[in-house]
Amino acid sequence: MSVVTNTTTIGAIEAPSRRNTELLLLAFAVVIPIFAYANVGLAIHGELPPGMFLYGLGFAVLAGIGHLVVRRYAKYADPLLLPIATLLNGLGVVLIWRLDQSERLQNLAKRSFGTFSESAPRQMMYTGLALALFAVVLLVLKDHRVLQRFTYISMAGALILLILPVVPGLGADVFGAKIWISVGGFSIQPGEFAKIVIAIFFAGYLMVKRDALALASRRFMGLYLPRGRDLGPILMIWAVSLLVLVFENDLGTSLLFFGMFVIMLYVATERTSWIVIGLLMSVGGAVVVGTFASHVKVRVTAWLDPFACYSTSGACEQVGQSIMSFGSGGVLGTGWGQGNSDLIGFAANSDFIFSTVGEELGLTGVMAFLLLYGLIIERGVRTALAARDPFGKLFAVGLSGAFALQIFVVAGGVMGLIPLTGMTMPFLASGGSSVLANWVLIAILIRISDTARRPAPAPAPSPDSEMTQVVRPS
Amino acid sequence: MNKPLRRISLFCGLLVLALLIRTNWLQYVQAEELSTRKENRRVQIAQYATERGNIIVQGQPITGSAVTDGSDYKFKRTYLDGPLWAPVTGYASQAFGSTQLESLDDGILTGNDDRLFFDRTIGMFTGEKKQGGNVVTTLNAAAQKAAYEKLGTKKGAVAAIDPRTGAILALVSTPSYDPSTFAGNSKTDEKAWVALKDSEDKNLVNRALRETYPPGSTFKVVTAAAALENGVVSDINAPTDTPEPYILPGTKTPMVNHASGCEKATLNFALQVSCNSVFANMGDKVGRDKMVETAQKFGFNNDKIDIPVRAFASVYDKTMGKDGNAQSSIGQFNTAATPLQMAMVTAAIANDGKLMKPYMVEQLTAPNLDTIEKHEPQEMSRPVSPANAQKIQQMMVNVVENGTGTTAKIKGVTVGGKTGTAQHGEKNAKRPYAWFISYAENPDGTSPVAVAVVIEDSAADREDITGGGLAAPVAKAVMEAVLKNKG
Repeated sequence: MSVVTNTTTIGAIEAPSRRNTELLLLAFAVVIPIFAYANVGLAIHGELPPGMFLYGLGFAVLAGIGHLVVRRYAKYADPLLLPIATLLNGLGVVLIWRLDQSERLQNLAKRSFGTFSESAPRQMMYTGLALALFAVVLLVLKDHRVLQRFTYISMAGALILLILPVVPGLGADVFGAKIWISVGGFSIQPGEFAKIVIAIFFAGYLMVKRDALALASRRFMGLYLPRGRDLGPILMIWAVSLLVLVFENDLGTSLLFFGMFVIMLYVATERTSWIVIGLLMSVGGAVVVGTFASHVKVRVTAWLDPFACYSTSGACEQVGQSIMSFGSGGVLGTGWGQGNSDLIGFAANSDFIFSTVGEELGLTGVMAFLLLYGLIIERGVRTALAARDPFGKLFAVGLSGAFALQIFVVAGGVMGLIPLTGMTMPFLASGGSSVLANWVLIAILIRISDTARRPAPAPAPSPDSEMTQVVRPS
Repeated sequence: MNKPLRRISLFCGLLVLALLIRTNWLQYVQAEELSTRKENRRVQIAQYATERGNIIVQGQPITGSAVTDGSDYKFKRTYLDGPLWAPVTGYASQAFGSTQLESLDDGILTGNDDRLFFDRTIGMFTGEKKQGGNVVTTLNAAAQKAAYEKLGTKKGAVAAIDPRTGAILALVSTPSYDPSTFAGNSKTDEKAWVALKDSEDKNLVNRALRETYPPGSTFKVVTAAAALENGVVSDINAPTDTPEPYILPGTKTPMVNHASGCEKATLNFALQVSCNSVFANMGDKVGRDKMVETAQKFGFNNDKIDIPVRAFASVYDKTMGKDGNAQSSIGQFNTAATPLQMAMVTAAIANDGKLMKPYMVEQLTAPNLDTIEKHEPQEMSRPVSPANAQKIQQMMVNVVENGTGTTAKIKGVTVGGKTGTAQHGEKNAKRPYAWFISYAENPDGTSPVAVAVVIEDSAADREDITGGGLAAPVAKAVMEAVLKNKG
């Protein structure tokens, strides 16, 4: 009697790829904006918007391509990231189209620039470009660890991107903030791309230096304080952030970079002291700049009580208009196309686009949007948790953290929770750079999550188990 | 690295949570306040997004709506005979807010009122556009026009009431303004608005409700009522103990009489020729507190006289000394009354002592003309007994028949009235106010109209400014118009 026992190690059960879940969610993400589009058309013009099916089809094709690329090149990626980004992007285009229909904004544009041009078609074009870029990133970047090689090049690149807007002849001053460059008729916001590039640098740098930063420290008042020379990098980043703030008048970008660095530093070293030091430095920097830079001071005054200076200061009026927009929306909102969020005027479809969400979709809509953003962030952090390599962990948490900070800074600004800074709501706001950069960010998170969730290759069959026979005494 | 990662995850969650809390704060807790702030133009945009309902006088609308081509406001308010009706309607301006009925009944006029919820809901299904309801007033167009035309270029005000119900028949203030001129939000509207707002004549002030004047001798009617009610006088034809000259209590100042024969004069004669001394004496005998009590029953010191537009409170000082009370008894010193208040005094006397609550909105109607709210006449107080009221009526008729108010006589109609010439300004240097209050009687003894007229310093000579000369003809015209219109 011989019992054949298979002692071969059982291969890991094929982890579900979740691609079909993604496809189903994606269907919703395509259908919801189409309904929203129809809704705006019916509310404003009393008829279905022209070319609704064509736009819908185009949008579905874009999303479909995104899905196929993920299915082919990042099979095990997180299934939520692509649908949520698609949904937000789609609704963003509808919001922009809705604001394009506003007579008030059209007149305003004619008065200030002489002409009015619709932003929605441009945004649609950038969305197409962005999805192309998304596909390229997934195609080219087979393994995110490759990016480690570019650690120091990234630093240089990020610095250049940050400096570009202040280069004479290239930079453009828009409403006091110098965060734009204009090249051949196109306005580009280099800060949006710098966000990603600098995350590469931070991740690469911290991965190498984390032990030195974490272990060589002295205990002081319950905190592990780093050695003087280890303080160098954080001081440098702090200085760069402050310089950005001072020369480009851009509170948002400055906060974003510094915050991202502190988060990554904390994750790399597991030392709470870095958080404390980082907070102290940012508060210190903010106080100093807040007292001296008039641009920042105006924003702070507007934040403290927008209605006290409503009629005298443009910044106060903007914030006041924005929070009145939210208040007028109430719990359920006025409905697509039926609000008056266009009273905000300038930047209604970029920096202040979230106010339109507030007024027309109400508390309900705003909460839904915030939860969607929250999901992206938490999926990003989840990806960092699951990642198997420190570089991937740091990179993912850096990007997610920066994304979270950006949401907080922008939404908090338009809702009057914190002083307003000139940044754009990812995926919603009108602007090519923002759409492109954020789709790249999603592509990278998808790549990291794919690597993280990909089942470990089955171990090579052990020759011993095949060849060796168990000899039993009979 | 996973422990700090989990903490970062928590931190990001907190960021989102902070935003969620903030949006709940803005859109739920503060929503009402933010959506109705004065800076919030949505309020006006909603106000003028649909055709506004109308304010109606005797079945005819006195307001209208016109389509505008601005991007913010679809409709603009228009007024027929704006200056005539401005004290009734108030104004509804896209740029400068709204007042009076236009403001108080805005919900009905725009169709946003909760009571129109059902109509709106039905409209939502039938696809009908939201419409505003109407405000039906109690005013009498003929009386209003008579008063406005008679006042002409003089500065003054008229209030006329139906004593039986309290319904307001005329409410005029001159110089008036045309609310159409600044109903929009253009440059010309702004110019018109600024000119009116800063005008020396205070055109925007509704003098019939929102300006108090010393009532002068017309107040003697109130003093007579207090004297009769408190038993100081019971026979209006019995001589009083008034000396000549009468010295104000507690002072050495004599009370000046412009009439002769006031020594020991009867109450009836004293009212006929308007003796100051007699009424100062009576007021002193009644005493401050009882005077205050009677005056308050007539509506003085009440800051909540809403018709529904709120009138200023007329004043009878509650804390002055004896000499002040004596002077107040002839409508000088601190005493001040709105024209509406003096019309209420007259109406109470004419209605045999029963004061009806004044009102000028008969009913509010839905766009489909259903009645939403209807005013039922309400009794406000009984300042005098019917017997005493009739005694005062006798005296007031005597004033018109034989006394200072003969210019108000109407052929074939019993008319009672009282003149007043109130001094004001430092050392009485300014031109006095001319007052006249009167009522007309139907053959059955009820009274369909009580009216109060005040004319501010007109261009006439000081000597000519007497209630009988200037104000009585205006009152007469109003009474005639009412009598002719409904008998």
